Amino acid sequence: MNMVFIISAIVTIVGISTPILLAATGELVVEKSGVLNLGIEGLMLVGAVTGFAVTFTSFSPWLGVLAAAAAGASASMVFAVLVLSLGSNQVATGLALAIFGIGLSTLIGAGFVGIIVPPFTSIFPDVLAKDPFWRVLFGYSPLVYMALAIVAAVGWFLKYTRAGLVLRAVGENDLSAHSIGYSVIGIRYGAIAFGGALAGIAGCYFSMVTTPMWAEQMTAGRGWIALALVVFAGWKTRRLLVGAYFFGMLMTLELYAKATGFLYLPSQFWAAMPYVMAIVVLAIISFRDRSGSEAPACLGKPFVPNT
Amino acid sequence: MTISRRNLLKTAAATSALPLFGSNAFAADPLKVGFIYLGPIGDYGWTWAHEKGRKAMVEALGGKVEANYVENVKEDASALPILRDLAQQGHKLIFTTSFGYMDQSLQLAKEFPDVKIEHCTGFKRADNVSTYNSRFHQGRSVLGTIAGLTTKTNTIGYLGSFKIPEVVLGVNSFTLAAQAVNPNVKVKLIMIDSWFDPAKEAAATETLANLGCDVITAHTDSPATLQVCEQKGIFGFGQGADMSKFAPKAHLTAIEDIWGPYYTSRAQAALDGTWKSTDTWWGMKEGSVVISPYNASVTPEIAAAADKIKAGWLDGSYDVFTGPIADQAGAEKVAKGARLDDGALATMDWFVKGVEGA
Repeated sequence: MNMVFIISAIVTIVGISTPILLAATGELVVEKSGVLNLGIEGLMLVGAVTGFAVTFTSFSPWLGVLAAAAAGASASMVFAVLVLSLGSNQVATGLALAIFGIGLSTLIGAGFVGIIVPPFTSIFPDVLAKDPFWRVLFGYSPLVYMALAIVAAVGWFLKYTRAGLVLRAVGENDLSAHSIGYSVIGIRYGAIAFGGALAGIAGCYFSMVTTPMWAEQMTAGRGWIALALVVFAGWKTRRLLVGAYFFGMLMTLELYAKATGFLYLPSQFWAAMPYVMAIVVLAIISFRDRSGSEAPACLGKPFVPNT
Repeated sequence: MTISRRNLLKTAAATSALPLFGSNAFAADPLKVGFIYLGPIGDYGWTWAHEKGRKAMVEALGGKVEANYVENVKEDASALPILRDLAQQGHKLIFTTSFGYMDQSLQLAKEFPDVKIEHCTGFKRADNVSTYNSRFHQGRSVLGTIAGLTTKTNTIGYLGSFKIPEVVLGVNSFTLAAQAVNPNVKVKLIMIDSWFDPAKEAAATETLANLGCDVITAHTDSPATLQVCEQKGIFGFGQGADMSKFAPKAHLTAIEDIWGPYYTSRAQAALDGTWKSTDTWWGMKEGSVVISPYNASVTPEIAAAADKIKAGWLDGSYDVFTGPIADQAGAEKVAKGARLDDGALATMDWFVKGVEGA
């Protein structure tokens, strides 16, 4: 096993992990504000089809990413109006959003089946991006670096900024935040829009980077994995980052184990590995954090001030 | 307007008295034909090919049939309520277009004895359950021939979905044909436990390429493998449809699934009252399995070798499963000169020597 081989495997891991990381980071912010948005899968698909369509028509992948973010944010506003302004049940509305997103993306994408765009790959010169060694640092799509920057920014925002503190306060105790004059509903609108935008970008990673095409439901359930990852990470940004790459690593290991016949155990066992590991890690975390759950106290509860 | 599994379930009560979308209200008592699909019709692969077949049937029979479909139906217990819905809505002929609908198809047949069911790629039949399949493995031997002659590393990648006879048959046919033209060839196999997951298909293709494969074929339903091959400058094949648009350089050729003639003939039989439970296995000769045009990078010599295999299937002089054939452990499975019969093909669960991984 040589260096070039390991680097190729790392590139695969990063490719799998990045969209999950992006979507999960957005959802983390949403949940920190006290809202549970189960519609990630639908938002990702809306982002995937929009990013693809705009890239195809404008020849600019950057415009595509921007459009994907805007589309994800706009679609999430449907959810926001329902759960925030009308106080509907977040779980039911979120599930409806997921189904709505699948249908909407299929509708928009009907005219884009069977065409391709150039893949949105590295912006670094080929001498670095295609170098068998240096591509481990320079060989990725700009979205990969963007995802890492966003995770870092979100972690910093939540922990060290006043605005982040307010957002967390809204998620921990909406009434108190409201009573000292913060707009709970307004802040949650902002968080949902941000989460939607990141889900949209996560979606366009599939349609512009992994496989530069549009196919119905091409995210194949990654939105649900992103949701699970937020819980898995205990609502902590750093663990989210590690968790996303850990998931990508397990999935890649499964593929290598299968291809080399290094199985010893049935392939179904390897396919179940990420989920088994998730349960194991959750069990370890819950044993360690006896002090209590990290979940925002107001998660999933509609905010209806009686003033 | 497409009908997804979920909203079909949700509105089942409301629509049970009404015809489904796309019905032709003006025809006098058309035969209602139902289809359930595994993936979305836009997958540009397996489901897309069935949808093309459905449309061809409707076109051929005009107002005599009314054909509806439900896409994204999982291969588990949730398929049964969807099938019941279709039966209750008056669909008298139902095509269940994936292997995993086998038990649900038989259960439906028991509950609705007057409904005729056609199960694709299965092997269990009843008085009102037929099975049908295409001899895709014939096409796969053509791809294997091209792959064996194209590879420089003598390592070919094979991306499968599940270890079911249909897929195993393809792997073996491909491998035997590749070995016949290149005795040094190895085939590395990854089963991804899914029919449609472009991200996982792409990751598996990268994995195979990293392990030294320079030609990679796929038995999954999206063009993801081809797209990765294109980016990496290696070669692949289309699955279910001509996918050259997705990978103009990497796409050596493809196996195209043509279901239209079969669907038309079965719906016609149901209309005529001559429908009987049978097992149909059409291949290249009947036009169910078609090889797409070769890529410009396929040399005349390789094309000639591939054409020879094709011609052999057409006139019956060639069968890729002619012994001697050994399994992975080296035990003889087919004696020298013998050929495997259809029963053995339809239940194949062992890999030939030279297949690595699973």
